Parts: sequence; C-alpha cells; structure tokens
Amino acid sequence: MNFLIMNIPLNIVSTVHDWIYSIMPETAASITVMVLIAVAYLALFAVAGLYLVLLERKVAAWFQLRLGPNRVGPLGLFQTIADALKLVSKELTSNDRIDKFLYNLAPYFVIVSTLIGISVFPFSKQFQAFDINIGLFFLIAVSSIGVIGILVGGWASNNKFALIGAMRSGLQTISYELSVGLSILTMVLLTGTLQLSEIVEVQRTGGWLILQGHIPAIIAFCIFMIAGTAETNRAPFDLVEAESELGAGFHTEYSGMKFAYFFLAEFINMFIIASIAVVLFFGGWLSPFGITDGITWFPEVLWFLIKVLVIIFLMMWFRWTFPRLRVDQLLTLEWKYLLPLNLANLMIMAIIIWMNWTI
Amino acid sequence: MTDQEIKNKIKTEEYFVNMGPQHPAAHGVLRLLLTIDGEIIKNVEPDLGYIHRSIEKMCERDSYQQIVHLTDRMDYLSSNINNEAVCLAVEKALEIEVSDRVKVIRTIVSELTRIASHCLWWGVMGMDLGALTTYFYAFRDRELINDIFEETCGARLTMNYNAPGGLMYDIHPNFVKRTKDFIKHFKTKIPEYDRLLTGNVIFQKRTKGVGILTKEDAISYGVSGPVARGSGFASDVRKHHPYSAYDRVDFKEVLLTEGDTFARYQVRIMELWESISIIEQLIDNIPEGSVKEPTKAVIKLPKGEYYQRVEAARGELGVYINSTGAKNPYRVKFRSPGFSNLSVLNHIAKGSKIADLVATMASFDFVIPDIDR
Repeated sequence: MNFLIMNIPLNIVSTVHDWIYSIMPETAASITVMVLIAVAYLALFAVAGLYLVLLERKVAAWFQLRLGPNRVGPLGLFQTIADALKLVSKELTSNDRIDKFLYNLAPYFVIVSTLIGISVFPFSKQFQAFDINIGLFFLIAVSSIGVIGILVGGWASNNKFALIGAMRSGLQTISYELSVGLSILTMVLLTGTLQLSEIVEVQRTGGWLILQGHIPAIIAFCIFMIAGTAETNRAPFDLVEAESELGAGFHTEYSGMKFAYFFLAEFINMFIIASIAVVLFFGGWLSPFGITDGITWFPEVLWFLIKVLVIIFLMMWFRWTFPRLRVDQLLTLEWKYLLPLNLANLMIMAIIIWMNWTI
Repeated sequence: MTDQEIKNKIKTEEYFVNMGPQHPAAHGVLRLLLTIDGEIIKNVEPDLGYIHRSIEKMCERDSYQQIVHLTDRMDYLSSNINNEAVCLAVEKALEIEVSDRVKVIRTIVSELTRIASHCLWWGVMGMDLGALTTYFYAFRDRELINDIFEETCGARLTMNYNAPGGLMYDIHPNFVKRTKDFIKHFKTKIPEYDRLLTGNVIFQKRTKGVGILTKEDAISYGVSGPVARGSGFASDVRKHHPYSAYDRVDFKEVLLTEGDTFARYQVRIMELWESISIIEQLIDNIPEGSVKEPTKAVIKLPKGEYYQRVEAARGELGVYINSTGAKNPYRVKFRSPGFSNLSVLNHIAKGSKIADLVATMASFDFVIPDIDR
C-alpha cells in the first residue's frame, strides 16, 4: 500500500510524459517536456528559497533569544509568502544616471546561473533532471557566473557603496573559487568520476567519502565549508553587502523584485553549496549505514534533504556567531593559508590513493 | 617593473563617499565625509548639526529645575549622569549639602546607568563588526536595568530622577532587591559576553592594532572616558575629583596602554566589573535621611560662574553655568565627551580601511545627540 502511495508522483510524471508524446511530434514533445520540467524546478526552488529565508529567520531568532516570525499563519509559516508578495508588488525604484541596460540585466545573471546549477542535483535515484558526466564541473562553472551579475549590478548602480561592494565581491569570489575547486578535486581523485549520480553510487559500497578518504577528506570538507560560505557571500565573509560598512553593498540601489532575485539567489546558492557537500562527503541520498535500504517505499530524497538542511544549519550557525572579516584578512586567509593547505592536501590524497590506503 | 613604476602607470583617483547622515554604522545622524583611495581612507571630515536642538540656548530660557530635564536628551544613554551633573553644579552654587542617602542613591543609579550604557555599546560593537547576535544578548540584560528604573523613576530612558537639592522622590521599596538580583544575574552574563565576542579570533584580528591612539594624542585632543583610559591616560573624574559617594567606595581605575580598539573594548568590559563592585559596596547600606533638601520654588543662583564635572558613560561631562543672579542662567555650556572624542577620529583613522573606521567608531561609542546637543 505504502509502496503505491510513494509512487503516485512518479506515476503521474510518467503518465504526463507519455500523454505529451502521444499527442505531439517527437521534437515538439521533448521541448514541451523540458519546458515543463524547468517550470516545475522554478516553482520548486522559488518555494524552497522562500522557506530557507524563513528558516534563516527562525534560526537567527533561536540564536538571538527571540521568537522570530510567528504572526502570519501557524508558526509564521506564511510570513515568507507575505514578504514575497510585498516584494513583487513593490515599486521598482532606481538611481539617477544608471546604466539602465546593465542595471536591469544584473539580477538575471545571478538568479539564472543559480537556477541552472540546480538542474544537475541528484535528489534521489529517479529525481534528477539532468544527469551529465561532467556534473560537478558543470556546477562549479555555472555557479561562478553569478559573480558577473554582482559586479555588473554594483557597477551600473551609480552608487559608490555598491561599487565598493561589487569590487569586493569580484576579489572574494575569484579567490575562493580556487579553494572550492581544489577541495572538490581532492574528492574527485577518490571517486574517479564527475557524474553526480555515480559519485553517490561509489559511496553505496565503500561508505561515505568523508570516511573513505579519512584525514584528507576531513580537511577538504573543512576547506570546502569555509570557501563555500565565502562563495555564497555569507557571514563571516559577507563583505560584499557588509551592512555596517556599505549600507547594503552591491544591491543598495535595487528594490522590489530585482532585490528579491539577489536575495533568493543567495539562499539557493547556499542550498547548492550544501548539496555539493552532501553529495561529495555525506553520501547524497544514501541512508546513513544503510538503515533504510530494506524499506523500498522510503523516499530517498528525504535523506538528501535532511543532510542538506543540517549543512545549511551549520552555515547559518556561522552567520549568527562570527564577526565579519576585513577585506585584507579575507585574502590572507585564502592565499596564505587555505590555498597551500589545499594543494598539500591534494598531494596527500593522491599518495593515499596511489598507495591504496583508502578504507 | 618595480612597484613604484607600476603604481605610476596605473592611474587611480581618490573619491568622496558620504558616510551618513543615514548610515548603519553612524548610530544616529553623524555624517562623515570620507576621502577614499580604493579601500584606504585618506581623510575623515565629520559634518555635524543634523540633530542640533540648541539645548544650551534653551537652558538660558528655562529655570534651573527645568534645565535638568533638557540634559536627558543630550547623551540619552547616560541620562541620569547628565542630570546629576547639573544638580551638582546648582547645589555647589547654592552651597547645599545633600544627605548621605541622596549621595549613595545617586551613585548607585549612575552606575546602573553606566552598566546599561556599556551594555548597549557592547551589543552595537558586535553588530558593527558583523556579529549581529551580540545586540540581543546585551539588550536582554539592559532590559532588566530599564525595569528597575521604570519602577523607581517612572521612565526607562529619560529618567529625570535627580533634582536640584536631591532626588525627585525616594527609591521604590523593590529597588534594593531588584538591583541585587540584577547584579547576581549580570555577574554570570559578562563571562558569556567574553565567550561570545572577546575570545573570538576574528574579533581580535579586527580590533587588535586597529585605530591606535597614543597617550600624547589623547591628552592633546582632550579625549576622555574609556577611550582615553584605553590609551593609558588616567582621566577618571570619579577617581581624581570624587563627587557624590565615589570617595567612600573602593574601585580601580581601569587603565590599559595599548590604545587600540581592543584596549578600548577591554576597558569598557572591565568597567562593567568595577561598576558592579561599586554597586555591591553601596547597595546593602543605603543610609537613612531625607531625599530632598528644601529649595525655593524659584531657584536663583548667586552671581558668578560655576563648573561641575562628572564621569559620564562616554567620558568627562562638564557643566558650566554663568549666572547673573536671575531665575534663569545667563549662559550654560556643556562639555560633552563625544565632541572631543570625535575630534581625534580623523587623526587615527587616516590610512586605515573602511572596515577599520567602522570598528574604531564602534569602540569610541558615539552618541550623536551628545555631540550635537
């Protein structure tokens, strides 16, 4: 019985898929299906982003001896929808003498690159839109496009605070991209594949990669979390929007929906970083120690989401505990400490694999 | 190419940024005209006057009892201490000796005000450096002091508790118990503050060696309060020119010599402990006596000039009254700590980064109405 219930969404999907192919020529049908999947993902992640905002606010409240949003709907669950409606209906104000074209383009760079990134996620065995053999590479490549949007937005705003924020963003993202890439590379040595679904499958037999690669994997995870937090411009690396220094940084002059794009992208980026961490280190949608392997109806996507939420909680914990770094300290941390450590770590991992010391 | 040649080839320009009057780090309406080269600050020019209410001019119009109420609105975080300063000046002129009870109560209330003020500063300091959580921890404890004041003075921010000749009315019966409870509670919370912020590596990196103010500069710019004491300038009025009950309590003047932002931070944290110790020494034996010496309904000060200095939460507050013998003063001047402290900002912020300026400003603990009056 349960088996049937859990398979209803999948059944619906395949029914719709078959129906579209039966009424249309093949090319049109495949395009339609792709568009439908894209729309579904868009809706899913708009909602996911919004509820991450709510989660952030609730977590912040717990850290700060407050209650957090609790007026709109039960436990404040509709607060974030109310916020979204407010942002959508707000007037789009802008500064004098802006570069109109670039100013309007910037938010789309950020949000589109983010949304492309999520297409390759392996939520579970069946739930992956786009399983390509260079999935991990694709994710890194796409997620680094977002910084162009921030740079362009800060530049076009005709605001000095925005400009400083944008320049800091360029500095920060370019630096920390290296660490993200290298720590991922360390793990790729272990998996031998870039395809996300295969990376997860590797861990089915050998245990989670963070255990398989013992010490270098743990170091890689720590570096990945630091660099990933910096990549998403979150505290303690939120120099880009450092509110006590720059007002709101690069999005000072954005309002309404355009601001919402930046805002939402930040949260979805956090989701992306957490997902990469889960896939690379914590076995993706596999259950810990195979505890639900025998239960066929158990949705594997649940494990994926639980792990992602734990990592996201960790990132929120950083944000509400640490003060912000200064810009030169940020660069010192990356170029003088993380990068050499990362390179050494990569070598150690290579030696471990060469000597066949993996667990 | 050498570094210099490269620098000559790349043409850069300095630019102006208006930091304020609406800026999160200004804590009010302070406007700083920054000249910036990249992230490096070349010049800081404070522009004042956005919250000028001509309090000193209004004092010339009002009677001496009314002046006390105006001083609440200067440094609103140490309103009790401001009130006390004016009352002490008027009492000095009238040669009124207030009872011991008044002296002790004034001291306790002033120290509670200082703790409340330093609490708020601690929260805001964290916030300026990007650690938003500190704000709420500080407000949790400050709230308890506000409750004590609400019960005794009827107000939470602008107390008006002092009056020339004593106090407006006696303390509430719960005052002693609640103050003791608060002290007991707060003693467990300062170590929590330390765990949250003081020991944090990022915090120390952001504050140590940043915004260094030498002792010589502190003296020549007339800097006072915790800022001066962080540079080793012994300027505590409570210690060197005791007023009210400060001569009968035993407390240390906190002095550090580093002169950087972290030293100023530590001075304030240690001052919290000293304030607690002062309150503890006094709270158990508040002497009996009248809380208000009789004064005439219309106070007329004898002709002459009168000056009284007190240690407010931000430094030395001076009250100068010039009287012609009329029912209102001829001229009143307040020497506010914030104004002198602000004057040194350009000197120490030059050459640092924007983030350093924010950290330095946070450690100076500016209250803009105190600067502008």
